[in-house]
Amino acid sequence: MDAKKGLLLLYQMLLMRRFEEKAAELYTKAKIRGFHHLYIGEEATAVGVIQTLTDDDIVLSTYREHGHALARGIDPDLIMAEMYGKLEGCSRGRGGAMHLFDSSKKFYGSNAVVSGNLSIAVGMALASKRQKKNNIICCFFSEDDIAKCEFQEALNLAALWKVPVLFVCENNLYATGKAVRYSHTATELEKKGIASSSVDGMNLIKVMQAAHAVVGKIKSTGKPYLLICNTYRFRAYSLFDVELYRAKKKVEEWKRRDPIPQFEQFLLQQQWITENEIAAFENKIKTKIQKALDFAEEGAREPLMQLTKFVYSEI
Amino acid sequence: MKNSMTTLSITYREALNQGLREALQNDERVFLMGEDVGRYGGAFAVSKGLLQEFGEDRIMDVPLLEAGFVGAGIGAAMAGMKPIIEIMTVNFSLFAMDQIVNNAATLQHMSGGQLNVPLIIRMGSGIGRQLGTQHSHSWEPFYAHIPGLIVLSVGTHEDARSMLHAALQSHDPVLLFEYTMLLNLEKEIATDLPIASLSKAKVLREGKDISIITYGTGVYKSLEAAAELASVGIDAEVIDLRVLRPLDESTFLTSIAKTHRVLIVEDAWRSVSISSEVSARIMENGFYNLDAPVQRLCGIEVPIPYPVHLEEAAIPQKIDIISTVKKMIYRN
Repeated sequence: MDAKKGLLLLYQMLLMRRFEEKAAELYTKAKIRGFHHLYIGEEATAVGVIQTLTDDDIVLSTYREHGHALARGIDPDLIMAEMYGKLEGCSRGRGGAMHLFDSSKKFYGSNAVVSGNLSIAVGMALASKRQKKNNIICCFFSEDDIAKCEFQEALNLAALWKVPVLFVCENNLYATGKAVRYSHTATELEKKGIASSSVDGMNLIKVMQAAHAVVGKIKSTGKPYLLICNTYRFRAYSLFDVELYRAKKKVEEWKRRDPIPQFEQFLLQQQWITENEIAAFENKIKTKIQKALDFAEEGAREPLMQLTKFVYSEI
Repeated sequence: MKNSMTTLSITYREALNQGLREALQNDERVFLMGEDVGRYGGAFAVSKGLLQEFGEDRIMDVPLLEAGFVGAGIGAAMAGMKPIIEIMTVNFSLFAMDQIVNNAATLQHMSGGQLNVPLIIRMGSGIGRQLGTQHSHSWEPFYAHIPGLIVLSVGTHEDARSMLHAALQSHDPVLLFEYTMLLNLEKEIATDLPIASLSKAKVLREGKDISIITYGTGVYKSLEAAAELASVGIDAEVIDLRVLRPLDESTFLTSIAKTHRVLIVEDAWRSVSISSEVSARIMENGFYNLDAPVQRLCGIEVPIPYPVHLEEAAIPQKIDIISTVKKMIYRN
């Protein structure tokens, strides 16, 4: 890593954080509706993993995907417009906050059903292998999925077929409101039969190092790999959640490990950035988010006569 | 075996096998994936010999995980392949229903038209041979309910031979209901079949007195019933719906404008079924052409029982079709 890259990564994490803070505010004003799942606290995982991927690699995600979409380089204007349900949104407003898609970025989408994308990732990787594309399919999911048979099935198929999937488990310790200890007797989540390792998902540099090594391994062997990023969401499960299941003190403890100040400290120590430059960054991001907001506000609503479009292909 | 220049005698199983072989020969992107499709030759021997001919990259045996391999099929289809997924029987498709309903049917829409899923799913279906409750489901109505899916019912040997080819031209997910009770049945088909339609029902027998609308295993039963009815002077028209979604209204509405009487025949349970839908469409758009109320012969609403006499009684048989038509005609 050098100064230039460090600043880019900080910018990405800060953009995610501020973008979602704004989205939460807009949600309370009913500008954004539906279920809304914030990624706040987990930014290092998306940034650390996705920065190792190339443009040819494919990203699949979950319903907590705003961070993945931004890290993949989808324009914040398009994401905000999507959350507003506007025609200019990255899914033409049809998807909403849980269904972001941008095929130009090979972001083949967020799935709002737990485990929905795991086997799809395996199938895409099978196609890549057959087509000799030498790309990888990166599929984010959460520790909730591990209890499900879909997880076992997908990992089994990936291992059996030896296909290039990077499974990224974002272990944020809570499946909705169930702490992981109420769902699994083993606290060790690693799956046998497929190479795996875990990393401190609150530390960007550690995530990057782990992801870099893992992606290299997948590209050289063509085989799948499970990377577990141990992280924590600072905000509620969704904005309907009143968080009866965890103590505020616990959340405050985790906030001391916030990936963004951690990384800022690293950059300051390296003398790659100054406090003033961080403040300038914040201003730049504020402007960018305001622009996204204006773009979404001014966006068009899809005409009613197009209601039944995109059910079947128009040939 | 060729009987003449224009027709050949073929079993339903051979017709399906030839359709698959042709699909694999025509397009390198096509592959078949399912439980026991390769080494075993297919649970119903439909894919017998294909592993030897096309190799294990194209005839893929998979473990028993329907959600997993249907999901993988969706992913492969999105990434430019042309997967044909065999779910051994429709009964096990319930495991994959989330993938089919939430992903295959919706990805195009949720992505605002950026993605499409040209996936084929073939499923053994139908009731008979005392397979018992859990292996005797008729899930055509479930899947026909879902916007985004194309649902086909392979009720004839012609369609067994030619429908897959047509389905592979679709950019959208296609579910093919194949009927295992028909596998050994031999029929004459044209050697040079036209490309099957993915949008039209088919009038298999023209008649003027009554329209029998059916699909699946109801097709040959209805044709046989119509032949017997002809001997007592009743001229029945038989329509094979073929495409259960999107439903082709115009073919049966045109028929009703001619016959003015309708009997709908299916194995699925009566409530919220294909026949409910057809009947409703007739009420909406063909009511003034009717001389008598629409009648239906459907599956009796009971889990399909094991004893053969109860199993037979649970679904419409040829004799039921004949007696119901007679009642409808002789009422006047």
